[in-house]
Amino acid sequence: MLRTTFLAAAVAIAAPALSAEIPHDQRQSSYELMSPDTRAMQDEDTSNPGMLWVLEGEALWKRETGEANRSCADCHGDATQSMKGVAARHPAFDEKRREPVDLEGRINICRTEQQKAPASARESRDILALSAFIARQSRGMPIESSDERLRPFIEKGRSLFTARQGQLNLTCAQCHDDNWGQKLAGIPVPQAHPTGYPLYRLEWQALGSLQRRLRNCMIGMRAEAYVYGAPEYIALETFVKWRARGMPMESPAVRP
Amino acid sequence: MAARWLVILALGVACRGLASAQEPLRPFTVQGDAIVESLTDAKGDPERGRAIVTNRQVGLCLLCHSGPFPAEKFQGTLAPDLRNAGARWSEGQLRLRMVDASRLNADTIMPPYYRIVGLHRVAPPFRDRPVLTAEQIEDVVAFLATMRD
Repeated sequence: MLRTTFLAAAVAIAAPALSAEIPHDQRQSSYELMSPDTRAMQDEDTSNPGMLWVLEGEALWKRETGEANRSCADCHGDATQSMKGVAARHPAFDEKRREPVDLEGRINICRTEQQKAPASARESRDILALSAFIARQSRGMPIESSDERLRPFIEKGRSLFTARQGQLNLTCAQCHDDNWGQKLAGIPVPQAHPTGYPLYRLEWQALGSLQRRLRNCMIGMRAEAYVYGAPEYIALETFVKWRARGMPMESPAVRP
Repeated sequence: MAARWLVILALGVACRGLASAQEPLRPFTVQGDAIVESLTDAKGDPERGRAIVTNRQVGLCLLCHSGPFPAEKFQGTLAPDLRNAGARWSEGQLRLRMVDASRLNADTIMPPYYRIVGLHRVAPPFRDRPVLTAEQIEDVVAFLATMRD
């Protein structure tokens, strides 16, 4: 008869759960899980609440700011041309920092280094508006993640994605790789492809970033969330973007 | 949307019904695939157990499991249906599966309800507390044992 005591269990370490990646021909955007009403809300610019942030971002794009008194447009010109595909390839490897930066991080680099303005707080209205406006220019374009220098960060993100965390001892992969389509409290579990960020969540009644969404899941697992902008979030963003490579951008998406 | 809020409320901010941080976990003995003896040396109360199972802030069970609870609208399908659980498993088997199902399957998605070691990055309000107390585990075991068609 096998007898173990609780003390013996105290030294046992949870093995990482085995998860299989989703085959490419089975990948889907969570758009596919939405009701016709919510899809229509995303599809029509006039009904997509995310477009309010896009319009605000367009105004910010042209506004001079900082000690340099320079606007985004002063350097980058017409965003409909210059920003095409930019959001689709972020997080992108930054030569100077030797690490990937996400779109919000990139905007803040421009603010502090070019405009000589203070960095915008993550999830602030301004940075969400600018990132929504920039991401809108990638709509329909395939997510790109082919820079080999991203590889170690993709792997770091993968290890975070497959690591157990929180009081509920779950991994991201257990839900999003192994159980997508199954219901969590009556709601289908999505595949976690970040095709539409920043996006408008009806639950939030607001536009939010991928980091905000990652944070929501961690709170659900009763895990300690990271500080916005933390390297762990960037690695997770880099990994899930790679995981969704080739899928079309939908920003600003609408989600329930 | 209502269901999403339920998930947030249930998993995230609820603090009532938490096990006390001060109380150390009771020792137990695993025999085969079961913990035969009660964690509290007493029988649980099935009525209280039912309330825990159907409470999304306390038991969290129906986030992943479904069961014969017509009043509960938003149930899960990530885990086996609880229907007939008492006919399929002994009380001891149910107890181990709740206490720490990873002892039976290292890859399980079932959270350990009565283990505080070997966890990572636990949010401060939940640190050093099991998901349920020994008494709550016994109540749920007693309730699940009554689930027979």
